[in-house]
Amino acid sequence: MSEVVGRIHSIETCGTVDGPGIRYVVFAQGCPLRCMYCHNPDTWSINNPNAMRRTVSELMPDIIKYKSYFRATGGGVTLTGGDPLMQKEFALELFKACKQEGLHTCLDTSGYSRVDALTKTILEYTDLVLLDFKSINPDTYEKVTGFPIERTMKFAKYLSDNNIPAWALFVLVPGLTDDEKELKDLAAYLTTLKNIERVGVHPFHQMGAYKWRQLKLDYQLNNAPTPTPEETEKVRELFKSYGFVVR
Amino acid sequence: MKQEWAGFKTGNWEREVDVRDFIQQNYTPYTGDATFLEEPTNNTKKLWDNVLELFKLENEKVVLDAETKMPSTITTYGPGYINKELEAIVGLQTDKPLKRAIMPFGGLNVVKSALSSYGYELDKDTEKIFSDYRKTHNDGVFDVYTEEMLRARRSGIITGLPDAYGRGRIIGDYRRVALYGTDFLTEQKQHEKKELDFSEMNESTIRLRENISEQIRSLKELTQMALGYGFDISVPAKNAREAVQWTYFAFLAAIKQQDGAAMSLGRVSTFLDIYIEKDLKNGVITESQAQEFIDHFVMKLRMVRFLRTQDYNSLFSGDPTWVTEVIGGMGEDGRTLVTRSSYRVLHTLYNLGPAPEPNLTVLWSVNLPKHFKDYCAKASIDTSSIQYENDDLMRGHWGDDYGIACCVSAMRLGKQMQFFGARANLAKALLYAINGGKDEKSGEQVGPEFAPIVSEYLDYDEVVRRFDQVMEWLAGLYISTLNVIHYMHDKYNYESLQLALHDKDILRTQATGVAGLSVVVDSLSAIKHAKVKVIRNDTGLATDYEIEGEYPAFGNNDAEINKMASNLVKNFMTRLKKHSTYREAVPTTSILTITSNVVYGKKTGSTPDGRKDGEPFAPGANPMHGRDKKGAIASLSSVSQLPYTYALDGISYTFSIVPSALGKTAEDRISNLVGIMDGYFGDNGHHINVNVFDRETLLDAMDKPELYPQLTIRVSGYAVNFVKLTREQQIDVIHRTFHERV
Repeated sequence: MSEVVGRIHSIETCGTVDGPGIRYVVFAQGCPLRCMYCHNPDTWSINNPNAMRRTVSELMPDIIKYKSYFRATGGGVTLTGGDPLMQKEFALELFKACKQEGLHTCLDTSGYSRVDALTKTILEYTDLVLLDFKSINPDTYEKVTGFPIERTMKFAKYLSDNNIPAWALFVLVPGLTDDEKELKDLAAYLTTLKNIERVGVHPFHQMGAYKWRQLKLDYQLNNAPTPTPEETEKVRELFKSYGFVVR
Repeated sequence: MKQEWAGFKTGNWEREVDVRDFIQQNYTPYTGDATFLEEPTNNTKKLWDNVLELFKLENEKVVLDAETKMPSTITTYGPGYINKELEAIVGLQTDKPLKRAIMPFGGLNVVKSALSSYGYELDKDTEKIFSDYRKTHNDGVFDVYTEEMLRARRSGIITGLPDAYGRGRIIGDYRRVALYGTDFLTEQKQHEKKELDFSEMNESTIRLRENISEQIRSLKELTQMALGYGFDISVPAKNAREAVQWTYFAFLAAIKQQDGAAMSLGRVSTFLDIYIEKDLKNGVITESQAQEFIDHFVMKLRMVRFLRTQDYNSLFSGDPTWVTEVIGGMGEDGRTLVTRSSYRVLHTLYNLGPAPEPNLTVLWSVNLPKHFKDYCAKASIDTSSIQYENDDLMRGHWGDDYGIACCVSAMRLGKQMQFFGARANLAKALLYAINGGKDEKSGEQVGPEFAPIVSEYLDYDEVVRRFDQVMEWLAGLYISTLNVIHYMHDKYNYESLQLALHDKDILRTQATGVAGLSVVVDSLSAIKHAKVKVIRNDTGLATDYEIEGEYPAFGNNDAEINKMASNLVKNFMTRLKKHSTYREAVPTTSILTITSNVVYGKKTGSTPDGRKDGEPFAPGANPMHGRDKKGAIASLSSVSQLPYTYALDGISYTFSIVPSALGKTAEDRISNLVGIMDGYFGDNGHHINVNVFDRETLLDAMDKPELYPQLTIRVSGYAVNFVKLTREQQIDVIHRTFHERV
């Protein structure tokens, strides 16, 4: 059997915001969604010619070099993207290999993927899922991502039913995702899940805008403001009031 | 037992000079947190306001005041004060705060040109004495230098040599004065001299007997200097305040006598803690007073000044003095050497605000108490004023009572010194390999004449072969040059006070250094993995390079490239070791540039890695700016694989990260920074400067320096007030890799 080749956008060895501790972050190429606020639109196409091609057995020797940092901080490996579930075979092999090395694994996904047998097996080797909730309102979800919400909802339910630990992540875009009722609905919905250990509220920023211009894509958020620290804090407080640990 | 020693546990330290034994018998390890620390006292606040006012005046003029007539010795000046009523610890270098002394024994020209550049003129009589009657170190060196040495010095393949001023990087064991008093130390020295009575009177015995006689004289001068302030230090210190004061007097005498490039303090906090603990236990002082002693001591250390030339400032920007104090570490018996006073010293960064001096250096061990690690990380994140060095790595070489001279040079206190030798420019050496020993800027034949490379594209094997030849030549010339310098420094500018606070028989190292490590490694990688085309001028000199294709650069933790870097260090070190040295010094090397990476770059033509003529090198052992593309940990890991055993004078890495890249919350940032250091040092990294701030802050400080008088950043091996850097160096710092992620 020939080894799966992963298409990788880039690697960051000092990830501190993609799961616990210091993380080796693999940015997988390819994403099914087209979020308006995406700050890495260069990861969308699975066929990006600039992507590195690496097999898991090529990657692992590099990853295990950083064991001392993982050990010191309770860190590990995070597979993000793009959306890593665009390359399920690669994700599975990578996480299997990581678990063999005793490394903590973290899958960062929008959940926009069929929960098929392969996904279920990947999740057996996943210690933590970072589940990116664009919105709980189906209309807003579709407006932001260009796609319907159902798959993400099914994915979230599967994680909950199977007690797979997850952090729910949310990007706050004023005028787009900051409707108070929708925020409350999201918080209420999250309380129905059994596996949410933490909620992350990330203020939208414009630092990805230049990539849209480079790629000659139509960026619709040129005039969207970055939320003030107070606005972000208010949303964090809202989630806290539902009993969540919020960062 | 002497009465001043009452209450201390006995040991070998009572019979002979053995400060380490005193510490081991008497110190109290501390594993608790920082909650015991006290705010500055009112006196501290008032006094510090006085000092800040002086700093402000100094910033406007660069040099606040300078001596123009009296050469500085230990006793040239009577007592000087900032504000006598407020000062818990007293003593100034000259008669006025921040007034700079002149030390012409190292070299007259430096004194003259430094004075004139600040609008002062050297007194005619003083000038006549040091021109007509009294020879200087600088005169001696230039009497002996060969043509070849002068050429190498001029071209900048060897730079920063201490041949015109004090060599520095010697740490007196200043604690000895507090523990024993000068009478006991003098008796010991007399005894040491007597031991030599029956030795054969050869050059080395004669020199040593003269050295010891001068040491004894300096102890007498030290005693006299302290008497001027009303203290009798011929006897041991009997309480905490005296212990701090005696220790400071000893250091003060050293900086009155010498203006060495680095005048480091050593490792005093845990020693002083013994006296502080005793006084606290006996109810003689409060925690607030204990902190006041340390705050006032540190205030004095922040006021150390030397008169430097403009040239020197462009090499080592920001007026550094390298009053390096090491903190923490572990003992050989497994107990931590962290005490409450380790915290007290770091706490000055809060009580007095951030500052570049003293050069606070935490000796990191994975076994340090967790609370202490967290406190250090917090202080780094808040102030960017701390550097860290690997105690687990160094303890095996230097025991558990070593200090750091300058930035990264470890030495056993009172038992070891170094002959400082600045550094050789390996990037230039690589260009000499291509150009047959000719300088790429001037075209001058600096190295031995051998055939230049004439092919259109560089061939890896050919370049490596020639480069080996150049390094062989350079290593020999370098050691010979240092031999000249240190022979003359001993003869004309001997550090009698600092060496009085050493044993008679000491280990001497010949501390060489290299600059341009990542430039050379990347160049070799480019030649090997891409195609490098040579651009020659009309005289056939290779002056530029075009790279076709890509190459793996140092800093991405590529196994082959890491090995290339290690081999380069081993290769040069092995060649240095072949040569005989003055006073049988053991050759070592460092990978450290301080801020001179900018000047080295300026003096070096385009290199095969794609770096253009005049562009700065990376500092120390850092990867080149922007070429480390896999994030901070890959960069750290690459550097941690450089072999310390082949670079025993230290391997410097400067790390800059934006706060948000270190984690979302304050706790995350602390735990991640602690983890980064546990990981880096656990992997045998030697040194790291930690800077945590946004680039925007620095840009703002460039525009509005008056708003950032205390903004401190770590450069290679020391810290500076950002606003005191030259504009060129500010830009270099801003261009360096800041680890950040969107």
